[in-house]
Amino acid sequence: MPDHSLTGHVVPSRVYILTFVALIVLTVLTTGVAYIDLGYFNTVVALVIAVSKATCVVLFFMGLKYHKGLTRIVIIAALLWLSFLIVLTLADMHSRDWAPLPQPWQKAALSEPHR
Amino acid sequence: MPEGPAPALVAEQFDDIIQQRDAASFGMWIFLATEILFFGGLFASYALYRSLYPAAFAAGSHLLKVAYGASYTVMLICSSLTMAMAVRSAQLGRRKPLIGFLVLTLLLGAAFVIIKLRWEWYGDYLEHLVPGVSFAPQGEALEVIRRFGAPLSHVALFMIFYFVMTGIHALHMVVGVGLLTFLIIMAYRGRFVSGDFNTVEMVGLYWHFVDIVWIFLFPLLYLIGGRY
Repeated sequence: MPDHSLTGHVVPSRVYILTFVALIVLTVLTTGVAYIDLGYFNTVVALVIAVSKATCVVLFFMGLKYHKGLTRIVIIAALLWLSFLIVLTLADMHSRDWAPLPQPWQKAALSEPHR
Repeated sequence: MPEGPAPALVAEQFDDIIQQRDAASFGMWIFLATEILFFGGLFASYALYRSLYPAAFAAGSHLLKVAYGASYTVMLICSSLTMAMAVRSAQLGRRKPLIGFLVLTLLLGAAFVIIKLRWEWYGDYLEHLVPGVSFAPQGEALEVIRRFGAPLSHVALFMIFYFVMTGIHALHMVVGVGLLTFLIIMAYRGRFVSGDFNTVEMVGLYWHFVDIVWIFLFPLLYLIGGRY
C-alpha cells in the first residue's frame, strides 16, 4: 500500500471525468423522460435517476468509495432518519380517514376542514 | 507573495496527519447529515402537499422554465467536476491548477446565483408569480392553471415551496462562493499544496452536497406534471 500521509488518496482524473459524463447523460435522460407519458412512473423514474446521480456524486466526487466505515455509518444514519421523517409524515396524513373519528371529535373535525 | 510563519501541518491534539484528516472528514459528514435533515423537512412537506394537491403542483411546475432548471443542473455538475479537480491538484501540490480550478468553480457558482436572481426570479416577479409579493397569474400562466383545474391558492403554495427550497439552496451557494473566495486567497498565498489540503477537501464535500440537493430539486420542481 502506498504512503498516503502527504497526498491522501489521489483519485485518477479519469474517474472524475467519467463521473461527470455519467451525470450529464443522466441529466439529459431525466429531462427527456419528463416529456414522455409514463403516467405514475414519471415520478418513479425521476426519483430513481436523481438517486443514481446522487450516488455517483457521493461515491466518486465526495470519495465515499475510498472512505472507511465511520463515514458510511454517518450517511446511513442520516438517510434512516430522513426516511422516518418522510414516511411517518405521509403515513400519518394519509391514514387519517381510515378509521372513523370518535363521536365527540366529529363536530370539531367538520368545522375545521384539514384539506 | 506575503510570507508568514507556516502553520504546523498536524495540530497538537492529533497523533498524526491521517488521524487529523479522518477527524475533519468525520466532522464534516456529521454536519452534512444535519444538512440532509434540514433540507429533509422541506422535502417531506413537499411530498405531503404534492400528494394532497397533485393538480396544483403539476400546474405550478408548468409555470417554471425547464431551460433554467436544466442549465443550472449542468452548471452545478461542471462546478462539482472542477471542485473535485481542485482537491486533486491540492493533494498533488500543484498550486496553479489548484487556483485555476477554484476560480472556475467560483465562476460557475456565482453564475448560478446571478442567473437565478437577475433573470429567473425577476422574470417570475414580472409575471406576478411571487406569493406574498405579487401573486396574480395572467395570460398564459392563468390558462395553464385553468387547464389543470387547480385552485389559485394551491398553486401559490407550490410557488412558495419553489421559492423557499431554491432560495435556501441559493443561500447555500452564496456561502459556498464565500468559502471559495477564502480558499482562492489562501491558495494564492501558497497554502494547501504541502499536505495541508484538508480545508479544500472539506469545502469540496460541502460544494458536492449542495450539488446533490439541486439534483433532487430539478426534477421535483421543474419537471413534474407531464410536459408532453
